[in-house]
Amino acid sequence: MTRDAMTAPPSIKKAATGKRQVRMDPEVMADALANDTRQPNGEFVPRLVARFHTMSGSVGGQVLTFMLTIAAALVASVPLIWLAGSDFWLTTTAFFGGALGSGPAIAETLVQMIPLLIAGLAVAVAFHASLFNIGVEGQLLFGGLVAGVVGASLDIPPALLMIVCLLAGMIGGALFALIPALLKAYRGAHEVVTTIMMNFVAVAVAEFAVAPTGPFVAADQPSATDRVPEGAQLPIIWEGTRLHAGLLVALAAVAIATWVLYRTPAGFRLRLMGANQNAARASGISIERQTIIALLASGALGGLAGAVQVLGLYGRFYAGFSPGYGFDAIAVALLGALSPIGVVAASFFFAVLHAGSVPLQAIAGISREFVGVVSGLVVAFVAAQPAVMRLVSNMRQKVVDDTLPNDPPEPQYMSEIATSPEEPS
Amino acid sequence: MSSLLTISLVISALHLALPILMPMLGGLISERSGVLNIGLEGMMLIGAFSAVLVTYFTGDPWLGLIGALASGVFSGSALALMTVTLRGDQVVSCAAINLIGAGLTAALIPVIWGVDGLTPSVEKIPVVRVPLLADLPNVGRLFSSLSLVDYACFALVFLVWWVMFRTDAGLRIRACGESAESADAAGIAVVRTRFFAVVASGVFGALGGAYLSIVTLDMFQASMTQGRGFLALAALVFGKWRVWPGALACIAFGFADAIALRAQILWRDIPHELLIALPYVLALLALATFVGRASGPADAGKPFKRA
Repeated sequence: MTRDAMTAPPSIKKAATGKRQVRMDPEVMADALANDTRQPNGEFVPRLVARFHTMSGSVGGQVLTFMLTIAAALVASVPLIWLAGSDFWLTTTAFFGGALGSGPAIAETLVQMIPLLIAGLAVAVAFHASLFNIGVEGQLLFGGLVAGVVGASLDIPPALLMIVCLLAGMIGGALFALIPALLKAYRGAHEVVTTIMMNFVAVAVAEFAVAPTGPFVAADQPSATDRVPEGAQLPIIWEGTRLHAGLLVALAAVAIATWVLYRTPAGFRLRLMGANQNAARASGISIERQTIIALLASGALGGLAGAVQVLGLYGRFYAGFSPGYGFDAIAVALLGALSPIGVVAASFFFAVLHAGSVPLQAIAGISREFVGVVSGLVVAFVAAQPAVMRLVSNMRQKVVDDTLPNDPPEPQYMSEIATSPEEPS
Repeated sequence: MSSLLTISLVISALHLALPILMPMLGGLISERSGVLNIGLEGMMLIGAFSAVLVTYFTGDPWLGLIGALASGVFSGSALALMTVTLRGDQVVSCAAINLIGAGLTAALIPVIWGVDGLTPSVEKIPVVRVPLLADLPNVGRLFSSLSLVDYACFALVFLVWWVMFRTDAGLRIRACGESAESADAAGIAVVRTRFFAVVASGVFGALGGAYLSIVTLDMFQASMTQGRGFLALAALVFGKWRVWPGALACIAFGFADAIALRAQILWRDIPHELLIALPYVLALLALATFVGRASGPADAGKPFKRA
């Protein structure tokens, strides 16, 4: 929606939609344009925020929100750099040099981006149905385990094996989301609590599977499964770096998720349930069914993220292969405003953080855990967004007072639709 | 079996139950007032870290405990600011607390101590020997292996029950959780009540964390709480947001944990990796079977704004 359509009086609103323009009475149109009070007068700052508020429903506004959230999170993390006692310039150059400074550095950033992108998509899909899947970490681990085990034990043509492995990872992830899904749908157990429990179960199962006496442990490597045959691994797509075809898988997942969410009845039902459960129920949608579908889809994506890591980066399953991708994925999804394209941008930002934190540790002595703090800050700022917007709109109200006949509709924020308020834990 | 069920099992079960029980009480206060607190895990970590930090620099674990409680006031206020004052989404705000708690504590260990992962050991809160009871046969060991903090925790369970269900203040808190509008109409300051309830839950969460770091152990380790903040929430659901059933659930978790630890030694053929998951599996099973459809405070999760 354009800015004009949002702020204009009702008479112009019709004109702005294009098709109906011919029906407009020219006189009314001229009158409306003459009385156009969209540009508020007053001080610079209130004018700026007023302008910002009217844009928040548009693409430009969302990009601005995205940038502001990132900037706020980065500024808030400066004290940590100071606390670590490092030089600010040294830190900054080490960070950006490590993440974006050269071809191999960019490739490494993209490598980091792949699991964050798919896992972020997994969290976002569940959020669209107003379900908070914190269990992506567990689904990722289990999906990776299943993919690793299938890849190491099946004896079929390599190209086929690769596809079977990816599918097996998705099924594994979905299975791991099934228990929380059933508990949520039929027992009302809050999915945050149950998916977290499943995370711990996943860690235990993964460690058991590749323990020294475990069923799937490799003979030549502790805490890992046997290697997946070379041909069944995702090929390298940038010679001389670790960048693998998982990036293409991730982008395909983005395309499919966008199409399903916004262009199919299934996606519509999912989003309707997320936006308003009562409306969804009233229009004949089974909440139980949608809950299960949403969490299974989310789990499948989580499993895919794990399978892609196993097949693309390591070639085998390691018990500790995820440094908490599933948790960063929450921040990725929220920062990306739950839109698949936004998730791509947000995952790139977090990939930069991850890739930049490696030289940061070596040169400036700042722990890699720092990334976790930044993702926490991002989530905090996203949570505070509606409040900031309310503040902005109050300031704007003071500026324009009652010169505007109609208030623009309140834009909807991802954290507001993120969870259904009706259900306590 | 006789070697499994001993007094030392009871002692270790208690030690494992209390760090779940304290955040459970915090969650109870907060959710009864209408604010979902899924951020207990992060608050526990911050509390555990602060306890070790203060103890390390002062040498006195009691000061460390006070430091942990102060950190609970801080993290509780941060959550209350986001959820009650600014009316941000409660689950997302809690996720932020959890991420920051886990990230910040882990990132600060190398900054302060120059090592990764875990801190050097510090002074523990000493155990006290109850004069006569400790001489009893068998049961006596229980009374020589608990500290003052343990007894204080038992007292707190009773105190929370009494305040929440037997006093005006508790009635006000619960009214805010069941119907904020009605509470407001009856003249209760909903925002203030909720704010204090969330701060109190932060203090209880931090106490649970400090229990782990300076009562059970003597150091802080990155993500040492191992999901106990979430187990506390599961216990809260089993207990249907009531103190005594919730406390029983916590003790059951403690026993599950203690048995899992003991079974590693007794039955070596059970893979211990799977036994570690026992409390979590138990929690899931209980959510699936024992409890009826969970229904918490009616207004929990809804931000309140005066019309």
